[in-house]
Amino acid sequence: MILGLYNYWIVIILMMIGFYIVIAHGNLIKKIVGLTIFQTSVFIFYISMAKVDEGTAPILAEGINQYSNPLPHVLILTAIVVGIATTALALALAVRIKEAYGSIEEKDIQEKDNLDC
Amino acid sequence: MMDIFLNITSSLFLLIGSFLCLSGGIGILRFPDFFTRMHAVGVSDTLASAMILIGLMLQVPDAIVIVKLVIILLMTLLISPTASHALAKAAIHNGITHKIGKTGESDKELSSNP
Amino acid sequence: MKDLFAVIMLTGIYSLLSASFFVAMDAVDVAFTEAAVGAGVSTLLMLVAITITGRSENPARHKPFLALAVVIVTGSLLIYGTLDMPHFGSSLAPIHQHVTPRYINDSMQEIGVPNIVTSVLASYRAFDTFGEVVVIFTAGIGVLALLMVVRRPEDIEKINFLNESMHEKHLILRIVTKTLIPFIMLFALYVQFHGDFGPGGGFQAGVIFAAAIFLYTMVFGMATARRVINQSFIRILAAVGVLLYGSVGVVSMLNGKEFFDYSALASDPVAGQHLGILLIELGVGCTVTAVMVIIFFNFADRKEKSQHNENKGS
Repeated sequence: MILGLYNYWIVIILMMIGFYIVIAHGNLIKKIVGLTIFQTSVFIFYISMAKVDEGTAPILAEGINQYSNPLPHVLILTAIVVGIATTALALALAVRIKEAYGSIEEKDIQEKDNLDC
Repeated sequence: MMDIFLNITSSLFLLIGSFLCLSGGIGILRFPDFFTRMHAVGVSDTLASAMILIGLMLQVPDAIVIVKLVIILLMTLLISPTASHALAKAAIHNGITHKIGKTGESDKELSSNP
Repeated sequence: MKDLFAVIMLTGIYSLLSASFFVAMDAVDVAFTEAAVGAGVSTLLMLVAITITGRSENPARHKPFLALAVVIVTGSLLIYGTLDMPHFGSSLAPIHQHVTPRYINDSMQEIGVPNIVTSVLASYRAFDTFGEVVVIFTAGIGVLALLMVVRRPEDIEKINFLNESMHEKHLILRIVTKTLIPFIMLFALYVQFHGDFGPGGGFQAGVIFAAAIFLYTMVFGMATARRVINQSFIRILAAVGVLLYGSVGVVSMLNGKEFFDYSALASDPVAGQHLGILLIELGVGCTVTAVMVIIFFNFADRKEKSQHNENKGS
């Protein structure tokens, strides 16, 4: 019974790796990379839920009865594109922070803020 | 009869392709220098994907899939060596030098230069 | 791992592996998009960002045990939460029972498009896709607001000279790129219009078209690319895409039906659906291409400006 759930565990391991990268590293670019890994693990979660045993890709064709569920595919298609839009904005913010503070390490940014106020 | 012949040739091509891919991978691990490693991968990976694509072409009954596979083959033959070239150019630009000496240089010349 | 370059390359490989995983899960549209977007454009944008922000990371000064503890606790709670979920691949799971059979069974009669993902994306759930296009447009505007560089004429001369001298040496790359770019654009158009019958659609086509423009820019230099692709044209194109999408919905309303009900666009409902899907995919493709190009050009402009300031200062 437990062994039928292995896809969820793989997703949770990937999600926790992404989460750890976000909270444990100080460099902004590494945090963004961790966020990307987190996002991809959520996509894998949805897509693995959509799969039906002995189903095929949801494109109608002759002689096929069982299709995989197309609804999570639609959600994840939207999510991938929105994900890259937010990644692009996050990178633009990182570039501006570098120009304003001189560094993208979390500690240096906090020190500089503490010095200013 | 034709089926058996097609199956055997296509599996032969697929096997040769996978062997070439494997030897390219071993080349990356075992060669001593950046340029020799890249030469191993560039040559063998291109030929390996060409072999695998030809093997797949022999398996398909449909004409339009064969046309698509031919187009992929042409694109791979055009793009993969260019990628190796770009990689080598970037390496030279960044200053990676080769460890293995030029051909024709004798040991006496090498040891007399400081 | 301290070198960010290597980290970003590994992230690209990870995205490509997850795309192949999606193919194994029968999600061909999603795999196409993830391969184009994740392994292509996302890696490229991160690389451009680290040319500005620096390539290596400072070493950590303390061991992050608290973070590890939080992660382990959260992970075990999540695993406990999944013990009740349906098994992998079972066809009796609740998500296969309610709305999905209606989409799968009725899609061919109501819409007439073999690709069920396209029919759901573009017709049944068109409003969500509209929101997504607006989000992409907003991200483009955001990057413009953050990173736009106003160019003065005397700076342009110096930057152009710097670019020209660097790009004459790469002969093989220039020739191969000139041969390949028309085919890449042709493939993008094929993916755009073939999205009804196979994997594809507006998003993938927009990203592939933008990738062709990136290739041209990288090999021939920013100065040439800026002359080829007018900046104001690209910005107008992004807005036109969203406008096209919205106006399809408004026209449907003006003809008496609901917002985004395509059967009001032509005399025959199925033909109206085909026309509506074609128009909105075109709008999506335009906006995605334009926004990707805007983002890339603004990152590159910023890099040029910071390089130019360094040269002036030193």
